[in-house]
Amino acid sequence: MPSPLLPSSLGSAEGRNPPVVRRPVIEIADLDFHYGTSQALHDISLSIAEKEVTAFIGPSGCGKSTLLRCLNRMNDLIDGARISRGAIRIRGVDIHQRDVEVMELRKRVGMVFQKSNPFPKSIYENVVYGLRLQGVRDKTRLDEAVETSLRGAALWDEVKDRLHASGLSLSGGQQQRLCIARTIAIEPEVILMDEPCSALDPIATAKVEELIHQLKLRYTIVIVTHNMQQAARCSDRTAFFYLGKLIEFAPTKDIFMTPSNPQTEAYVSGRFG
Amino acid sequence: MSQPTPNPFRATPSFSRTFESGVFWVLRSTAYIILLCGGFVFSDIVIKGSTTVFRPEFPFVNTTFLTEAPESLYVFEHEGVKREMGDREFRAFRESERLKAEAAGRTAPEIKATSYVYSAGGIFPCIVGTVLLVVGSMSIALCLGVASAIFLNEYARQGTFIRLVRLTILNLAGVPSIVFGLFGMGLFVIFLDWNVSLLAGWFTLALMVLPVVITASEESLKAVPQGFREASLALGATKWQTIRKAVLPFALPGILTSSILGIARVAGETAPIMFTAAFVVRDKLPWEDLERASDFFFQGVMALPYHIYVVSSKIPQNEYTERVQYGTAFVFLLIVALIATTSIVLRARLRRRYRW
Repeated sequence: MPSPLLPSSLGSAEGRNPPVVRRPVIEIADLDFHYGTSQALHDISLSIAEKEVTAFIGPSGCGKSTLLRCLNRMNDLIDGARISRGAIRIRGVDIHQRDVEVMELRKRVGMVFQKSNPFPKSIYENVVYGLRLQGVRDKTRLDEAVETSLRGAALWDEVKDRLHASGLSLSGGQQQRLCIARTIAIEPEVILMDEPCSALDPIATAKVEELIHQLKLRYTIVIVTHNMQQAARCSDRTAFFYLGKLIEFAPTKDIFMTPSNPQTEAYVSGRFG
Repeated sequence: MSQPTPNPFRATPSFSRTFESGVFWVLRSTAYIILLCGGFVFSDIVIKGSTTVFRPEFPFVNTTFLTEAPESLYVFEHEGVKREMGDREFRAFRESERLKAEAAGRTAPEIKATSYVYSAGGIFPCIVGTVLLVVGSMSIALCLGVASAIFLNEYARQGTFIRLVRLTILNLAGVPSIVFGLFGMGLFVIFLDWNVSLLAGWFTLALMVLPVVITASEESLKAVPQGFREASLALGATKWQTIRKAVLPFALPGILTSSILGIARVAGETAPIMFTAAFVVRDKLPWEDLERASDFFFQGVMALPYHIYVVSSKIPQNEYTERVQYGTAFVFLLIVALIATTSIVLRARLRRRYRW
């Protein structure tokens, strides 16, 4: 899907390495990342454009989830995980600086996880969780937020009559969309999705993918996926990772139609991984 | 008609088969032995204790035993009938006999009675004391235990220091209760000058069950899926907000389960309270005659396990003390069962509310 933000020269071979991204929201520069002593990411540089879907693909253990979790510092939770070189800048601010309040960062950069993880509370309470944390008490504001978020996550029509039923009473796909609703309720700028469909059946997957297309109009989306067709279907740009290195980063149709790197070609054509 | 083929799976007697069934019977009989022992202990207490606690006639429960303080029992023969009376009743009876005799113009006959200490009256102060001890010490133990479990599991960076802390907690669980009693006496009773008091008993008992509470709380915190924490943090929650809203509510049923174990231990231990909180006898109930509210915490109480200890080893033994012993033990079992049932019900409620 061509994006209006992309100059057409980006698709050609000479513009690819490194690709120029206009109006990047997130810039990753020369990033090295370690878990304890083992290095998980080697010298990653890429930019993520505003209101586009950027997909990270690659075989298991290639570092794509690690990179994603760097973007809202979820790796802070892991003992011994650290960035050893380089920087991640969001809107020009290095997010690993000492004076960055990580809670504020995560409000701007929301995340949807591989395994849908709604709290064992009502659908309503799940959606307003983030707002309640921010101290919002006003009932009408919460009600409004629930409706807009659930509509935004294409879940409203299915649950509007049972907002106070447990979030766990929903099906897997609905749970994942509830998690998306919960994330967009706090109106982030960027949504990170870590294999959001890997536990879903094809129909639920199709719904989430369609939702991603709608969300793109308002949010910048980064999605990690194992499913190459999914990357091809719903992303504007794709980054291929292998063994902790960024092998190729280009507009999605180029990655899949005319990959410039033989490893990329081997992977997207299904010869390994 | 074809010849039936010989069964290739036919059982043949062999050593391993005999051994197999031997092992099975050994294991099975150990289970039976345990059942037998438990059944014997419980039925002995229930059968002998119920004769003290229950009455054949209305109201079927020995209210005196449950609602009054221990008294001396007087046994005497009067007009050819053997009678048993508690202290106060006996004095009233003697007085009325004297008045009756005076009215008739005679001198009252001397009533020759044998007295047995603590064999009449009831155990109400002990029940009150035990309940107070359990409630207070479990509150302290839960606060301290849950707080430290949260620190160990959620905040602390796993390393040598934390391993050392865990080792200490495990060792603490192995310390004999009498050592806790002496420690409590040294620290709370003497050094902090709290005297023999509820407060000293609470802290001593709390220290004793702390390892149980910490270990079990940590287990139930670990059982809360990591996804809840991640989801909450990803929505911009601080660590404490995450713990309070997305972890602790779901760990609570497990923590309560562990505290049930703690309750039984706290209620049953004699050694830690005998130097720190328990009185052999006290005529006032804990809420009577308090000058200041704070005095409530600095008074000793009677307690069921200590009362059992006193009536079965500190006073001369006879048929009358046996009734008190079994009655107290029976009531004690009932109370522990009651507290445990309450927490189980509470836990089941919470589980229904937070299930994932």
